[in-house]
Amino acid sequence: MFHIYCPYCCEYREEEEFHAAGQSHIARPLDPDACTDKEWGEFMYFRANPRGIHHELWVHAAGCRQYFNITRDTQTYEIKEVYKVGEQPTVVANNAK
Amino acid sequence: MQHYSGFGLLKHSFSHHENWQRVWRNPTPKKKYDVIIVGGGGHGLATAYYLAKEFGVTNVAVIEKGFLGGGNTARNTTIVRSNYLWDEAAHLYEHAMKLWEGLSQDLNYNVMFSQRGCLNLGHTLQDMRDIQRRVNANRLNGIDGEVLDAQQVQEIVPVLDCSDRARYPVLGASWQPRAGVARHDAVAWGFARGADSHGVDLIQQTEVEDLIIEDGTVVGVRTARYGEIRADRVGCVVAGNSSVLAKMAGFELPLESHPLQALVSEPIKPILDTVVMSNQVHGYASQSDKGDLVIGAGIDGYNGYGQRGSYSTIEHTIQAIVEMFPVFSRVRMNRQWGGIVDTCPDACPIISETPVKNLFFNCGWGTGGFKATPGSGHVFAASLAKGEMHPLAKPFSMFRFHNGALVDEHGAAGVAH
Repeated sequence: MFHIYCPYCCEYREEEEFHAAGQSHIARPLDPDACTDKEWGEFMYFRANPRGIHHELWVHAAGCRQYFNITRDTQTYEIKEVYKVGEQPTVVANNAK
Repeated sequence: MQHYSGFGLLKHSFSHHENWQRVWRNPTPKKKYDVIIVGGGGHGLATAYYLAKEFGVTNVAVIEKGFLGGGNTARNTTIVRSNYLWDEAAHLYEHAMKLWEGLSQDLNYNVMFSQRGCLNLGHTLQDMRDIQRRVNANRLNGIDGEVLDAQQVQEIVPVLDCSDRARYPVLGASWQPRAGVARHDAVAWGFARGADSHGVDLIQQTEVEDLIIEDGTVVGVRTARYGEIRADRVGCVVAGNSSVLAKMAGFELPLESHPLQALVSEPIKPILDTVVMSNQVHGYASQSDKGDLVIGAGIDGYNGYGQRGSYSTIEHTIQAIVEMFPVFSRVRMNRQWGGIVDTCPDACPIISETPVKNLFFNCGWGTGGFKATPGSGHVFAASLAKGEMHPLAKPFSMFRFHNGALVDEHGAAGVAH
């Protein structure tokens, strides 16, 4: 069971209150009409799936209903940091692109 | 290979069962193979077996980092069915179902395949409409299926709560009588024994560290234990770790790895002689031949490689089971485990060529790979033998995420992902 710190409520709450919404920092193409099928497919469906450090979007669904980011290790499940939408992570994997 | 039979059992009883032949060899790998299969789970072993038996390619190695059938094959809920909605998926799973029906004879190994039927319950009007649509689609594809009302469901499963007192009352179900369960470990062992007897080298305790790629063509693998092993073609069948292997080959797959967990109860007297699944309350259960209730859960909502799963998922699962079977509320749970499933955005597998020549991937089976084991192995073996994809595998190309030809089985697969 995760104990997650919500950066908006400024409190630790139980995992049950939250919902994971997949990878964070996905930029929508600025000009979708100019995308090739490959580029659009990759934006739509291709997600990072690392064995290690992963940046994720979570929503405090049963709380303040705000979205925020978590940096988490997918192997040890350790939550490295929590930061608001618009901010950048400080913990980054060594082999990150 | 020693043939298993009743007479053999009797003969060996005279020597106190001490002279049985080893089920498979433990060879040192050769320098070069025609085909290397990375991953010695059910699908990988089935691929090796059919490569050798059906397609005459016997110079094959299966390279497994742990032990044979020690991954997801050992961690599933053993359910076999083929009631999928879309033609592409239905044909693939039905191909597997037909192989299941003769598998024990074919392998000369009892995989304990039991066609005890499978119910997919409907709890809302929309569920029932979806069930009617799916059963009609199944029957158009020549797959058996019936729509049952609540009373008929109650007759098949007396312990199921079909009363209107339930929070989500059972309105009916789809019923596939030919579906059932198989003994998951026996499937892996049977395929391993069959493959070995046709000359396939099963290399255990050997982790693939890298793929050797020259001029955009795969020419072998680099292992921690035996160094380089070369091959004309390489097939990767590594379930939860496909993304990691694809990264070695220099491309990406649209996969996310999630823990999927299951649990079994203490053994109890025979009470449930079919498979019951519910999409709405999201739980599924069957009873093994040993007597324990085998209960399946959903996947964790977040990515993970830890083979255990989260507590809240267990709670949701038990809620669903007790909702369906109030009589199970005091059954104690014995064990719980998790497997890592690689889920695709359209809940269908990837059986595909890749941007690297002679490198093939079979992955992304998500939460429902076990039922496909023989079919998956068969079509993948055909593809590896000929160097081009089997017609049943073609719709499951990884390039469908670029051209948009998805096979969207999310709502249609009978149980939510």
